[in-house]
Amino acid sequence: MSNRAVEAKRDNNQSIIVVKDLHKSFGNLEVLKGIDLIVNRGEVVSLIGASGSGKSTLLRCLNRLETISGGAITIDGIPLNESLKHVSQFRREVGMVFQQFNLFPHMTVLENVMEAPIQVNKVTKDEARKIAVNLLEKVGLSEKQDVYPRKLSGGQQQRVAIARALAMNPKIMLFDEPTSALDPELVGEVLQVMKQLAKEGMTMVVVTHEMQFAREVADRVIFMHNGLIEEQGNPQEVLVNPNSERLKSFLRMIK
Amino acid sequence: MLDFSLVSDFIGFLLEASVVTIELSLFAIVLGLILGLIAALMKISNIKPLMWLADFYIWVIRGTPILVQIFLVYYGLPQVGIELGAFSSSVIALGVNAGAYIAEIYRGGIMSVPKGQTEAAESLGMTYTTIMRRIVLPQAFRVSIPALGNQAISMLKDSSIASLVTVSELMMVSQRFAATNYAFIEFYITAAALYLLMTTFLSYFLKKLEFRMSQSER
Repeated sequence: MSNRAVEAKRDNNQSIIVVKDLHKSFGNLEVLKGIDLIVNRGEVVSLIGASGSGKSTLLRCLNRLETISGGAITIDGIPLNESLKHVSQFRREVGMVFQQFNLFPHMTVLENVMEAPIQVNKVTKDEARKIAVNLLEKVGLSEKQDVYPRKLSGGQQQRVAIARALAMNPKIMLFDEPTSALDPELVGEVLQVMKQLAKEGMTMVVVTHEMQFAREVADRVIFMHNGLIEEQGNPQEVLVNPNSERLKSFLRMIK
Repeated sequence: MLDFSLVSDFIGFLLEASVVTIELSLFAIVLGLILGLIAALMKISNIKPLMWLADFYIWVIRGTPILVQIFLVYYGLPQVGIELGAFSSSVIALGVNAGAYIAEIYRGGIMSVPKGQTEAAESLGMTYTTIMRRIVLPQAFRVSIPALGNQAISMLKDSSIASLVTVSELMMVSQRFAATNYAFIEFYITAAALYLLMTTFLSYFLKKLEFRMSQSER
């Protein structure tokens, strides 16, 4: 893969995620079979592929929701290893948005966003409130701040989830199929927020089935198949003129 | 034949005894809630010795009669130099007993919290303790409220066992008056009515609590 060689030559300071020969197995099932990946600061990467291709697992490895079976991951210079202290450090720098939102149902929207800054970063309540109010405004939910999550639509919940992750001021945002659980008419509002984030220079890794998002926002599209990166590159090239037969048939299937 | 006017002469004593019943139940249930929480956390800790200890506690307590337990505390402990008095012994025996059942209630509640909640909290950099304290346990507790309520109602009734170790609670006092006045029906019906009154109030209060908790969630 010539891509890898090119990437390895890039300025080390620029790369924020470095994955080397990553392996992950669940029991006897090897889900990731040697992934090499470098993501640069401010880059937006879309991970696509059929279910079971390992794209979500790769994403979850990046903030240690899954332990890795082999290889190495470095996030902004911090190597992922067994030390517990490092794990929480990792996670503070890496925000994550889930398919099922996973908002805390016993807290209001505002409290959901304030929780981590208070508990993890130990900021004062007033400070956390300021952060939360700002972020809720950014995702367009200021008027919902005192509402409990169950009263919100899926799209609104996902926007709160994005605000909650941003409250930790992460350097990287991971999105695990952020729009897959949404009714079609609610997808747009979430993608809008994500586009805005990309525009502001956030480093993003997005597992998605939204080819339009991949085309419009991503700097790079990575197609995974069977635990390996099958093809990657500029969205225009990869999505319009794919080389691999598998990617061609995948793109036909999701159309 | 039945003379309930007799009861009215003693109603003051019966009410006083009801207060003892309430105190006894309250202390015991609080102890049970604490022990239950500790045992539940031990059981989900993934630390083998702690899991075994919690399992052992639950196994022994649920598998033996409460009467044996309370006798062991009240009559048995003094034999090895620990004298606690009737009231304290009863609180401890009832509390330790309830704790075993409450542990399982909590554990069920904790299991019912979706995995995504923990993952979201982890991804925000929270530690295990913070996740338990702020995210999992508050949700588990809400789920557990109906079952904990049942436990509290059982406790109110089970506290009558303390009459057998000389605590002057409602059952003990009723028994005494019933025997001395040879008016069993009158005093036991009155005792039953007082228990019913207390459990009814408790149920009402628990319903309200349940409703208030459910307002925020789901």
